[in-house]
Amino acid sequence: MKTKNPLLYVGLVATVLLSIGPLYFMLVMASRTNDEIVSLPPPLTLGDKLFPNVDRVFDNPDVLFGQALVNSLLVATVATVCVVVSSSLAGFAFAKLKFRGRNALLLFVIGTMMVPVQLGLIPLYMLMTKLGLNGGLPSVTLPFVVAGFGVFMMRQFAEQAIPDEMIEAARVDGASTFRIFFSIVFPALRPAAAVLGLLTFMERWNDFLWPYLTLDAEHPTVQVALSRLSSGYYSDQSLIMAGTLIGTLPLVVVFIVFGRQIIGGIMEGGLKA
Amino acid sequence: MTVRTQDSGARTRPPAGTGAGPVRRRPLRLRDRLTKAEAKVAPYAFVSPFFIVFAIFGLFPLLYTLWVSLHDWSLLAGDQGFVGLANYRELMQDSDFWRALTNTIGIFVVATIPQLILATVLAQVLNGKLRARTFWRMGVLLPNVTSVAAVGIIFGLIFARDYGIVNWALGHVGVEPINWRGERWSSWLAISVMVDWRWTGYNALILLASLQAVPKELYEAARIDGASAWRQFWSITVPMLRPTIIFVSIVATIGGIQLFTEPLLFGSGVNAIAGGSTGQFQTVAMYLVQQAFTGQRFGYASTVAWVLFILIAVFAVINVALLRRIKSVD
Repeated sequence: MKTKNPLLYVGLVATVLLSIGPLYFMLVMASRTNDEIVSLPPPLTLGDKLFPNVDRVFDNPDVLFGQALVNSLLVATVATVCVVVSSSLAGFAFAKLKFRGRNALLLFVIGTMMVPVQLGLIPLYMLMTKLGLNGGLPSVTLPFVVAGFGVFMMRQFAEQAIPDEMIEAARVDGASTFRIFFSIVFPALRPAAAVLGLLTFMERWNDFLWPYLTLDAEHPTVQVALSRLSSGYYSDQSLIMAGTLIGTLPLVVVFIVFGRQIIGGIMEGGLKA
Repeated sequence: MTVRTQDSGARTRPPAGTGAGPVRRRPLRLRDRLTKAEAKVAPYAFVSPFFIVFAIFGLFPLLYTLWVSLHDWSLLAGDQGFVGLANYRELMQDSDFWRALTNTIGIFVVATIPQLILATVLAQVLNGKLRARTFWRMGVLLPNVTSVAAVGIIFGLIFARDYGIVNWALGHVGVEPINWRGERWSSWLAISVMVDWRWTGYNALILLASLQAVPKELYEAARIDGASAWRQFWSITVPMLRPTIIFVSIVATIGGIQLFTEPLLFGSGVNAIAGGSTGQFQTVAMYLVQQAFTGQRFGYASTVAWVLFILIAVFAVINVALLRRIKSVD
């Protein structure tokens, strides 16, 4: 029954090869010299220059790649923790607490998911200039410490994961709402919080447009460093590819370890959104 | 003061005063009152972090963009005065803007149609009885985990004119090397491939989720009736998925209208923001950034942003209307 159609597997194998192909190509290019890259036919197997190329990425004084890795880790971690906490709080309130204006506010949250931050780029830039934050890491972190998507996702999860009776019982025992949140709700929300955390971390790690506009040369994130590597002052393809590889690798590792949860989160979010 | 009067009022209420039978209601003590007040305030405290931060960094910039767009406003000199709708009038006659808009919509169309078809087919395949289900799902989602910047750089090399792997492969079937960056159609195609590579698997998973809600009996009945796999796909899968397909396509539209990073890094070079030598693959979002930061015209760029927002808002309204309809089907 399970192998009823071999053609299915042929198609799937082809799809996965297409998925992995460009990433494999990146690895190949990162492990070759520039002369090998610009030869025909193009190399299709790994070369032996991977580590020298990686070294050159980190030694490059113009892009501060090591610093960029640390910066990205910092920015993504702070944003992730904040998004998970703020979304859990709000998601719980929307799912389980009754208050005036709840439906209108929830509709507003859903509306914010449609509004990309890119459209307010110019005032955001002006605002950050006024606050003296342009160029540094706070300017790429602060706007992303909350997320409408996160609030919505946690609300959906809280609604079905937390029985009303549990909250009622805690209230009868005299627990405050904050107490209820920290000792009952947050532990129950943990699986969803983990998924939201993973998705947020990846999104922040991969963010490009706003960091590209606001960050100065001394404070790059990985994606900004990558764009500087390939910005035309260099035609050093193996260097660029080695950098791209290093910038992509942490996410691929996260994905391989937590793939099941990430897929679950995306399918769940898509279904309900 | 109010607390005390209410407190004493509660004490003298009938259940406590009648004395007949067990006391059904405990008098409200100060502690209970505080708990009650806390329960009233807490929800607002819980949702406030989201709304406060969003108001500052999301809503304010969005609205302020409208204000700036009514001004002659430059990056360095600041506000040079109110000009009303002059920026909007200029934009309507700006051939660079129209070219960018054409590119944006063109790339979107070239990318989205094959993407949705492929994602739907892929969702159907992934919904079958498969060995190693998680492996296949991870396989198709892997590109989505890769950053847009990396995608732009990698595909920039893949689509290189002289030593790119695509031209090399095409050479084997007798196609002359294509200058992927040079022509409008070829650059649109290359950028669409990047977009599709990154998003097809993601959309397939979302479609798969809604596919799994389709009752299995439908397929069983169709099989008993002798319907082919292809027939089942067209008569069951596509109709059942229609709401999700529409939803996914609108999300793709919103993303497509903002397309920025792929074309920027595909172009590379010092003046990448121009999107090619004659702007053949400059998108509206790129034009916005170019006007704001290269041209230093904040007011004019804000006008572009606001027009972009109107485009997205139109799609968002359609989206909400559709979500309502999906609900009523349930």
